[in-house]
Amino acid sequence: MDVRLQISMVFHLDKCIGCHTCSIACKNVWTDRKGAEYMWWNNVETKPGTGYPTAWEDQSKYKGGWEQKNGKPELKMGSRSLRVLNLFHNPNMPRMDDYYEPWTYKYEDLFNSPEGADQPTARPISMVTNKPIDIKAGPNWDDDLSGSPVYAANDPNLEALTPEQREELFDIERLVFFYLPRICNHCLNACCVAACPSGAIYKRGEDGIVLINQERCRGWRMCVTACPYKKTFYNWSTGKSEKCILCFPRLETGEAPACFHSCVGRIRYLGGLLYDADRMLEALHVPDDQLVEAQRDLILDPSDPEVREAALRNGIDELTLEACERSPVYKYVKEWKLALPLHAEFRTLPMLFYVPPLLPVMAKTGDGVYDSSNEELFSPIEKARLPMEYLARLFSAGNVEPVRLALKKQYAIRLFKRMETVGDMDPAVVKQALAEVGCSEAEAEQIYRLTSLPTVDDRYVIPPMHREEAMQMLNDDVLADKGEAGFGFREAPARGA
Amino acid sequence: MLDNLFYIIFPYAAITLAIVITVQRYLKRGFTYSSLSSQFLESDELFYGSVPWHIGILVVLMGHVIGFAIPRQVLWFNGVPARLYILEITGLLFGLLALVGIVSLIVRRFTSARIRAVTSWMDVVVLLVLLVQVVLGVYTALFYRWGSSWYATSAVPYLRSLFTLQPDLKMIAPLPMAVKAHILNAFIFLAILPFSRLVHMLVVPIHYLWRPYQVVIWNGDRRKIRGQSPRPRKQPATTALPVIADGGVVNKPVTAR
Repeated sequence: MDVRLQISMVFHLDKCIGCHTCSIACKNVWTDRKGAEYMWWNNVETKPGTGYPTAWEDQSKYKGGWEQKNGKPELKMGSRSLRVLNLFHNPNMPRMDDYYEPWTYKYEDLFNSPEGADQPTARPISMVTNKPIDIKAGPNWDDDLSGSPVYAANDPNLEALTPEQREELFDIERLVFFYLPRICNHCLNACCVAACPSGAIYKRGEDGIVLINQERCRGWRMCVTACPYKKTFYNWSTGKSEKCILCFPRLETGEAPACFHSCVGRIRYLGGLLYDADRMLEALHVPDDQLVEAQRDLILDPSDPEVREAALRNGIDELTLEACERSPVYKYVKEWKLALPLHAEFRTLPMLFYVPPLLPVMAKTGDGVYDSSNEELFSPIEKARLPMEYLARLFSAGNVEPVRLALKKQYAIRLFKRMETVGDMDPAVVKQALAEVGCSEAEAEQIYRLTSLPTVDDRYVIPPMHREEAMQMLNDDVLADKGEAGFGFREAPARGA
Repeated sequence: MLDNLFYIIFPYAAITLAIVITVQRYLKRGFTYSSLSSQFLESDELFYGSVPWHIGILVVLMGHVIGFAIPRQVLWFNGVPARLYILEITGLLFGLLALVGIVSLIVRRFTSARIRAVTSWMDVVVLLVLLVQVVLGVYTALFYRWGSSWYATSAVPYLRSLFTLQPDLKMIAPLPMAVKAHILNAFIFLAILPFSRLVHMLVVPIHYLWRPYQVVIWNGDRRKIRGQSPRPRKQPATTALPVIADGGVVNKPVTAR
């Protein structure tokens, strides 16, 4: 057993209100720079929708992720020798127009224009060429289903649905969407790491954060193609690739990453997961429909004495184990089986998990009348507005069962709390609903508490990062990096000639 | 006199610059080592420039290196006319390929607004030097035939004399102007290399072909820090780097930072 620590995340989609505060927090801290204007290390997309970059899930176009070739995992973009040959021109690299051309406005025209019959306007100006442009796309062009026939209708995940189901999805009054906030998944089997010709991308052993060494990156840009989530970005100004760093300088000081910290809906949870690196390959060699279960199996119980002993042997300290025991991520992913990985079929073992959203039908229209009375509190999950096949395509590699369980459990807990607080539920029905998903009343209460009433300390259980030890390894002078975070001050990120 | 300046003093200065500055830049300003790819901004035209350019110039450059390394064998090979013709035609074709590539790259750089936004003065100098070099090379191949043979008997002895620190100009003194300009321009190339994006050719990631896919880096050895290592360690402490390979879980050291 090779026990390792992974700082892991859960996003509770039922709570996401799509406000984009997380994206702005991240932008302000990390990507408000030349060459990075178009980057959104954290973005929020509307689903169904094509997302950012446009149709990123369509791997027939972008060639991201792994696939099984002769029983061995290989990058979908091809063999490693092909990658070296493609250094001159990467045939599957997304371009700026797949994201959008960043722009600002010529605000000074509002003040400097000569007096005339019309109001002066601030024209959009490209932040690449500094010339006026016609805006054709933005980071969130299909927010809230805007332009659905062009954008949402092209969502690759809709392939899982029948034509009738698809039509219903966009029927007015039945219209359904939810938000999908995305950051780097800090995968266990990361494609960006595997594809980097320079070996500049690596996983930190201590906490599993995936980073790009900016001093070793040579701009071969294979990671951009390889990442199926399109969460590595090429900085066109510095000629280096960049990605989400999970705000590791903040984690070191015990603070949650900026996007977590600023989350208005409090949908985000962060904590440690222990996993068995020895069994990773097993988890990669299963058929698609077993991927979610296989990944869950990798996660180890931090209160198991055997695991604890193996973890201590591996140099994981007591305080970290304690933090892992309180990890909200462990509870959502492993104990309660509520949180699922995004697109497990990419086979990267992503370590960001999502609680799928409940989208019950709360009302119907008949003869133009909006009727909110229902025979039951909610319509049953099977009749939810979003077909389960769609959610399964996103969160469990096409297997409906894990999604059904997650939804039914959430549903049962609502019934349970309704019974407790309002008292108009038949206890037998509630008992039946809980029993169906194998959830005790105590567990239901716990899930309710962590979902609805969590404090900051409940949501973010950050294991101690031991920067003091890390810096000792890098620097003989223990005081040299005092007052700094991360790697401290290094070379300025200036474009080479 | 001018010959001494151009073919003895300048070459040594250029070589010194190329070595000292590239090493210094690699160690002190590693961040500036990048291919500075502009594919993200413009991809379609790049294909028709970058691919022929790189393939053409790599083959031609390899020819020059082989001629420098084993001139006798090249002369022997050229002893049979058919082989000489094949070698010459091959060289010319790849030279033309490089020419097509560099011209497309120059056109692209100055016609695309996005690419102009990431063009520095050094980029202009680099393109100019490369264009001049390829034009002179192709011109030589066309008008001073059998270069593969006379390169081995005139330019190679000169280059070797530079390397043995006994510079000897008598073999290249009578060469035509175009060829002498080609040699001089080659040293200009060497002189600008450390100051330009050309350094990317020094960091071509050949080691990628055999390194394991997954890279895990530990900031030191936690087991050692906590004073308990009942499990035998497989690698030295400073770069204890268990790496998950594509074929199986193996432990292999990788250099940290």
